[in-house]
Amino acid sequence: MSALAQQLPAGVEIPEIPWAAISPELTLFGAGILVLLLDTAGPRRRTSSVIALAILLGIAALAAIPGGAAPEIVALLVGAGVLQLALTLWLHTRPRLLGAVLTVVALVATIGIAAWQYQAAANGGMVGTESLLADMVAVDGVALFTRFVVAGAGILTVLLGFAYLQDRRIHRGEYYPLLLFTATGMTLLASAADLLMVFLAVEILSLALYVMTGLARRDMASQEGAFKYLLLGAFSSAFLLYGIALVYGATGTTHIATAGVALSDPGTPAGLVFAGIALMLVGFAFKVALVPFHMWTPDVYQGAPTPVTAFMAAATKVAAFAAFLRVFTGGMEQLAWIWVPAVSVLAAITMLVGAALAVVQDDLKRMLGYSAVAHAGYAAIGLVAVSEIGTGATLFYLLAYAIMSLGAFGILTILERRQRKAIAVADLRGLWQSAPSLAVMFALFLLSLAGIPGTVGFIAKFGIVRAAVDAGLVWLAVVLVISSVIAAYFYIRVIVAMFMDDEPAHLADAPVPPASAASTAVSVAAVGVIALGVLPPAVIDLAERAATFAG
Amino acid sequence: MQAVFPLTFAALLFSAGVYGVLSRRNAVLVLMSVELMLAAVTVNLVAFHGLVTTDVGDPLLSGQAFALFVMAVGAAEVGVGLAIVLLLYRNRATVNVDDADLMKY
Repeated sequence: MSALAQQLPAGVEIPEIPWAAISPELTLFGAGILVLLLDTAGPRRRTSSVIALAILLGIAALAAIPGGAAPEIVALLVGAGVLQLALTLWLHTRPRLLGAVLTVVALVATIGIAAWQYQAAANGGMVGTESLLADMVAVDGVALFTRFVVAGAGILTVLLGFAYLQDRRIHRGEYYPLLLFTATGMTLLASAADLLMVFLAVEILSLALYVMTGLARRDMASQEGAFKYLLLGAFSSAFLLYGIALVYGATGTTHIATAGVALSDPGTPAGLVFAGIALMLVGFAFKVALVPFHMWTPDVYQGAPTPVTAFMAAATKVAAFAAFLRVFTGGMEQLAWIWVPAVSVLAAITMLVGAALAVVQDDLKRMLGYSAVAHAGYAAIGLVAVSEIGTGATLFYLLAYAIMSLGAFGILTILERRQRKAIAVADLRGLWQSAPSLAVMFALFLLSLAGIPGTVGFIAKFGIVRAAVDAGLVWLAVVLVISSVIAAYFYIRVIVAMFMDDEPAHLADAPVPPASAASTAVSVAAVGVIALGVLPPAVIDLAERAATFAG
Repeated sequence: MQAVFPLTFAALLFSAGVYGVLSRRNAVLVLMSVELMLAAVTVNLVAFHGLVTTDVGDPLLSGQAFALFVMAVGAAEVGVGLAIVLLLYRNRATVNVDDADLMKY
């Protein structure tokens, strides 16, 4: 170590690796590798599991060297090794269930670790709001908030997807590792404090998502969604990257906070600053789907297997917005006069176009895809408010949207299993008669998406409007209301079809799927929509306290 | 070194990539154009390193390190990309971008 340190040029230090701070990512990634290993091992997965235990014990032994990690961490590593061996021995004849169980365990562990980090941060402990790992990652409020949402969404996705994927015969072994890898990318994206990290995390999450979108290999729509997502995703990544390169050229650093300060220095070449910001804005607008960079969203949402769509809508949006917030609101606050007008106009067009195009859709997944575009516009308002209130409002909005969209796509998952085809509005006629609980819950999610009082959607929208008015952006609040009125039309249209119309004869005979893991997940989402809609203060408070960026 | 030459070259390369993505109908050529855009960024990052060390200073060589990451990620992306194009070809016997029109508007 010392010999290596002597060879380094002046000014270069070997960074201290903050294992505890990045442990959620390590947990998710490690679990992904483990599930992949157990799946590829086939019938010999018990042997693989023993090897995995040996590796984990080895890491635990290294961590136990005096002066190393805390004893709790050693115990957790040993516990994880023993747990995965026990689960493998128990479920070795049912590989998919094993994968699902291990995935849920890893996601629950991630939530546990994030909760512990949150506790430690609240007490001013080791997990602070400073940048770590040579200024590459920052475990701050935004990062922790995103970790909770992504891991929670992942758990519900596994529950939603199990029977659905089984029915469509696309329950492949790689599904769970990909889910864990994309979750790793999302949590990393939300905690990236350096533009290099932003780029890497975006690619980690996107590459896994492209494959997940195309999971239904024989389904033309699924392939086409994956193909379009890949081409447009790679195209937008290149724009983001060119923007990053220009920012680096103008400032000589890729660290978000330092670059932001250097960019606002009047000595920095204005051309590079404008071009860099504009290109990064295009890249992020693609990722969060702001009009006119939204073209991939409806196709991908419609084509992807429904549980994947649910995860994409809920978790990707949070992660992409977290990075968007960190780079623009956090890093370039001084330059708000350049990008706020641009993002405001994008947000306004997004809200109107998203809602207007959703009106003419018949396929429900596509309709919800366009509604996702409109919701991205609402969430972007909190971004252009450039304030702590605005950031908190956006974070809460994303949490609310995650719950509502998981619920809505979850209902579609259950209904697609019943009807064995993509669901159009006409297929929902009279759902109230054959499956009243599903109809009521779907109506609840749609009302929440529309922003009716008493649901979390209303509270979230209210927070956004408040942030907009606070920042003097009344016109954006007005556009939001107009867009919500347009959007209410197609949400209500579905509700009318479910409750007022008579059920077609061929559907009356179709068996309603029994209560299952998916119904449990949807019920959890429904409880969330009501609970946060009626008693929101605790979580709003949490979101507002999470609205801090690392320096 | 005059930084303006590599930067102009990178800008032209990037523009060629954008033009290729927008005008080519063959999916493989579209992927190649995306790679061209990434290569332009790599040139940019390396060239900017020479530029910034003169006035601000960048002891960490972050531009050049970034360039290495861009190459690695670009390779991974093209791997996944070609796999998806292959999948498309198996089911449709064409890799024309315009034929992927099952879902519209």
